[in-house]
Amino acid sequence: MSVLQALDVGLAFLVFAVAAWTVFAPGPFAATVGYVVYGLLLSLVWIRLFAVDVALTEAAIGSGVTGVLLIGAAARLRGAETTPAEEALTGLTRLFAAGLCLLVAAALAAVVLLLPDQGPTLAPQSMERLPETGLGNPVTAVLIAFRSFDTMLEKVVLVLGVVGVWSLAADRYWGGAPGEARAERPEPTLAFFAQMLAPIGILVGVHVFWVGADEPGGAFQGGAILAAMWMIVMMARLTEAPQASAFWLRLALIAGPAVFLAAGVAGAVVAGGFFAYPPGLAKPLILFIETFMTFTIAVTLPMLVAGPPRREPRR
Amino acid sequence: MSLALDLFSIAAISAGVFFFLAGTVGLLRFPDALSRLHALTKADNLGLGLIVLGLLPRAESLLAALMLVAIWALVQLAGATAAQLIGRAVRRKGPAI
Amino acid sequence: MSDFLLATAGAILFTVAVGLVRILGGPGDADRMMAAQLIGTGGIASLLLIAAATGARGVDDVALGLAILAAFASAAFVNSGAPAEEPDPNPADDR
Repeated sequence: MSVLQALDVGLAFLVFAVAAWTVFAPGPFAATVGYVVYGLLLSLVWIRLFAVDVALTEAAIGSGVTGVLLIGAAARLRGAETTPAEEALTGLTRLFAAGLCLLVAAALAAVVLLLPDQGPTLAPQSMERLPETGLGNPVTAVLIAFRSFDTMLEKVVLVLGVVGVWSLAADRYWGGAPGEARAERPEPTLAFFAQMLAPIGILVGVHVFWVGADEPGGAFQGGAILAAMWMIVMMARLTEAPQASAFWLRLALIAGPAVFLAAGVAGAVVAGGFFAYPPGLAKPLILFIETFMTFTIAVTLPMLVAGPPRREPRR
Repeated sequence: MSLALDLFSIAAISAGVFFFLAGTVGLLRFPDALSRLHALTKADNLGLGLIVLGLLPRAESLLAALMLVAIWALVQLAGATAAQLIGRAVRRKGPAI
Repeated sequence: MSDFLLATAGAILFTVAVGLVRILGGPGDADRMMAAQLIGTGGIASLLLIAAATGARGVDDVALGLAILAAFASAAFVNSGAPAEEPDPNPADDR
């Protein structure tokens, strides 16, 4: 067995062990930390599977956005009392749940193991047509050129998520700002960290987005890093979350999918098909759409993490 | 010359692995949270720094080498901040929070 | 040489995985955060070694992303656990 194979096997065992521990962890906070570790190991796995774009997304979302979200949620749960319903989870229910999970896992394993060696795929055709899009990264081409309608719908789902989170606010807080107010004297360590990291992080986020045309990267990864930078500045309380009723915020939230949809509809007029791009203009158009998408993602993810408004709106 | 560089890489990377080992041993064996934090941060930064040092001769270009150094500097920043934050949390709430 | 780099990456991962015991045991949440931090740095080190050994493109960017986000979990942990320094003017705790 070569060194690389041994490394892969070791990594697989490690992922499995961490996942098992996360399931049996003593309490929500421990499970959350286990989940963050699991995400990190998973991005290593993606790299070994030659899916660097997915690894970048897993790193950006798992350690950044989702980790913060879950840790915040676990901390809030810690304050709440355990409800009686939790005690009533009988052995039979647990057995049933475990059986269901095993069934799903077995089905997935069967599907993966029974795949034919040369499974049905459109990859060769996409690679053939790649030069027409002007892009060098096939993943970006699939996301924004060959399968663009799906990607736009995914961004719409994000907006719906924000609406759902905001709708959890009490009536009198609707339209207010989530999170805490800006601190008069922010905590020095976090403030220093945010002030040092945010400029660098913004640069890296823009770089990852821009380089996604030809190298691993793209709008979602870049947007996630930019989102994390805004989040750390809010966590350091150097700035406060904007009001949910702010016009610029709502415009930013819909800018990405709106521009995408406009480009798709314009494609029906100009390029002869819904979501078709005029040849020769494909790459600039793709980058144009991606810019707005990155902006939307960078604004949406922190709003999802900030939660429902908890202060009355200022007129 | 390239043999010397290879030997340098091997030496630096091996030293880096040793520091990671030391950090983990410290994390597992030191008696209380603050001393474990100390072991973690020293070993983390030094271990990664030595590995970056060992990988510098193998970098493809000056820019790639600068990127390695930048990664190490960012981890330094993050590690220092995390150590301060965790240490403050331990102090505020007592050792077993 | 690349075999050596890969072996080192595996050694670091294994070493850092032993630190997982601290997550398992860990008498407190701070210990768990520390173990997560160790695994974060170890993961970045392994990534850099794997990138140098296999020459895959873009892996350096993943390491850069991980380095940027390394302290986020600790920041969230401290932020959510620490009590507010001044009382909230509009305490919101509707269920």
